[in-house]
Amino acid sequence: MSQVAKELMALTGNEAAAYAMRQINPDVVAAYPITPQTELMQTFAQYVADGLVDTELVTVESEHSAMSACVGAAAAGARTMTATSSQGLALMWEVLYIASGLRLPIVMCVINRALSAPINIHGDHSDAMGARDSGWIQLFCENAQEVYDNVLQAVRIAEEVFLPVMVNYDGFIISHGVEVVETLPKEVVQAFVGERKTPYKLLDVEHPITVGALDLQDYYMEHKRAQSEAMRTAMPTILKIGEDFEKLTGRRYEAIETYRLDDAELAIVALGSTCGTAKDAIDELRDEGLKAGLLKIRVFRPFPWKYIQTALRGKKAVAVMDRAEGMSAVGGPVFHEVRSCLYDLGDRPPIVNYIYGLGGRDVSIEDIKKVFNELVPIAETGKVEDFYRYLGVRE
Amino acid sequence: MKLTDRLHSWKELPIGGIIPEGGTSRAYKTGTWRTGKKPVWHPERCIQCLFCWIYCPDDAILVTEDGKRADFDYDYCKGCGICARECPAKPEKAIEMVDELR
Repeated sequence: MSQVAKELMALTGNEAAAYAMRQINPDVVAAYPITPQTELMQTFAQYVADGLVDTELVTVESEHSAMSACVGAAAAGARTMTATSSQGLALMWEVLYIASGLRLPIVMCVINRALSAPINIHGDHSDAMGARDSGWIQLFCENAQEVYDNVLQAVRIAEEVFLPVMVNYDGFIISHGVEVVETLPKEVVQAFVGERKTPYKLLDVEHPITVGALDLQDYYMEHKRAQSEAMRTAMPTILKIGEDFEKLTGRRYEAIETYRLDDAELAIVALGSTCGTAKDAIDELRDEGLKAGLLKIRVFRPFPWKYIQTALRGKKAVAVMDRAEGMSAVGGPVFHEVRSCLYDLGDRPPIVNYIYGLGGRDVSIEDIKKVFNELVPIAETGKVEDFYRYLGVRE
Repeated sequence: MKLTDRLHSWKELPIGGIIPEGGTSRAYKTGTWRTGKKPVWHPERCIQCLFCWIYCPDDAILVTEDGKRADFDYDYCKGCGICARECPAKPEKAIEMVDELR
């Protein structure tokens, strides 16, 4: 680890994201305000007004326009960023696919919030899970430090893989909670993110190109196959950038993070701020003699199925935590994918799903301990009677 | 790389579906859209009014350098039949729609 002068700052998750964006100094930011993302863009707009960044801030009339402006800017070669939440992400939906299909390295903070109806402004993963098949790389953060760190890494991931990246963090729980965040000097950030390199120049009139051409039966499938390959081969690049970041900061970033999982018999799988709560619950359970452990998914897209297979092999019972109700009638989206990737294991563990924390419903250490305690009889019998469960819903 | 010489594998395509050169629409033979009927020109009945050239929505009627009507460009004729409908030659039209097996 090199000796880089670091500064400790008290920041909300939104301020941590805005501060990272200030140090990145993107060419273009196009955004529209929505709770709980507003504080991020308000803070960043102040940087623009104060002349602390060179960014062209495009204040548009909707999130659909925000993402459309980002597509144009990124295609023209600009380092482009934005941020949204909930309904805003939903309104961007069709343009998300255009950004990824055109292979544009846009970085977007998604401050996770429930979707209407009923209307709710608080944190859950319904918004990001709706975009899980849109071709964006998706990172999930546990706390404000990870927000800062992941935003910096996302710029390089996007520009080296040529796919857009969402940096997800829980609305209010992370976005508005103040934490101590260790930041890097701006010149170190600038050296880390480097200059954006483009595979073509949109504005070179001597060499005209077409972006977004009609693509029919004879080529659409080949283009989608090529796009899929970018996602399927992105992980080594994501891990390499994580290693570079660790050299600067000492903080390790991989596809997944495990906490006391190696010798655990009972495991839970989670994303986001709940992982911090789970770590405390696991410490208490370990003191009580229960072999509990956590698998935190940091990179949800590309889905790190090989790492999850290895980490969960031989566990006696697994609970997958979904902060989104998938409405598929067979459990939440994280559950589907974790259970699917365990199918090929000969000794796959019994597995259950908990839908939890919808609309910002608080999740306590006691709640997580309850999940582990409900895994005990499953581990003893090896049988799962009801895999589709809810945590803390009133019956 | 020439994109228009053959159907390429996904591994050969420019990133993001971009087309890295200009003027490529010439390589797209829209005449393959024609189904059922194609127009046939009878030069012996043609009065050289060039109505067909004016009405053709697809530039599929070729004209010689001295301004005379030449044959159809079947690479781009979609078989819409507007030329045959508008042809004013009498007693028989100079353009006839005939069955085409593809």
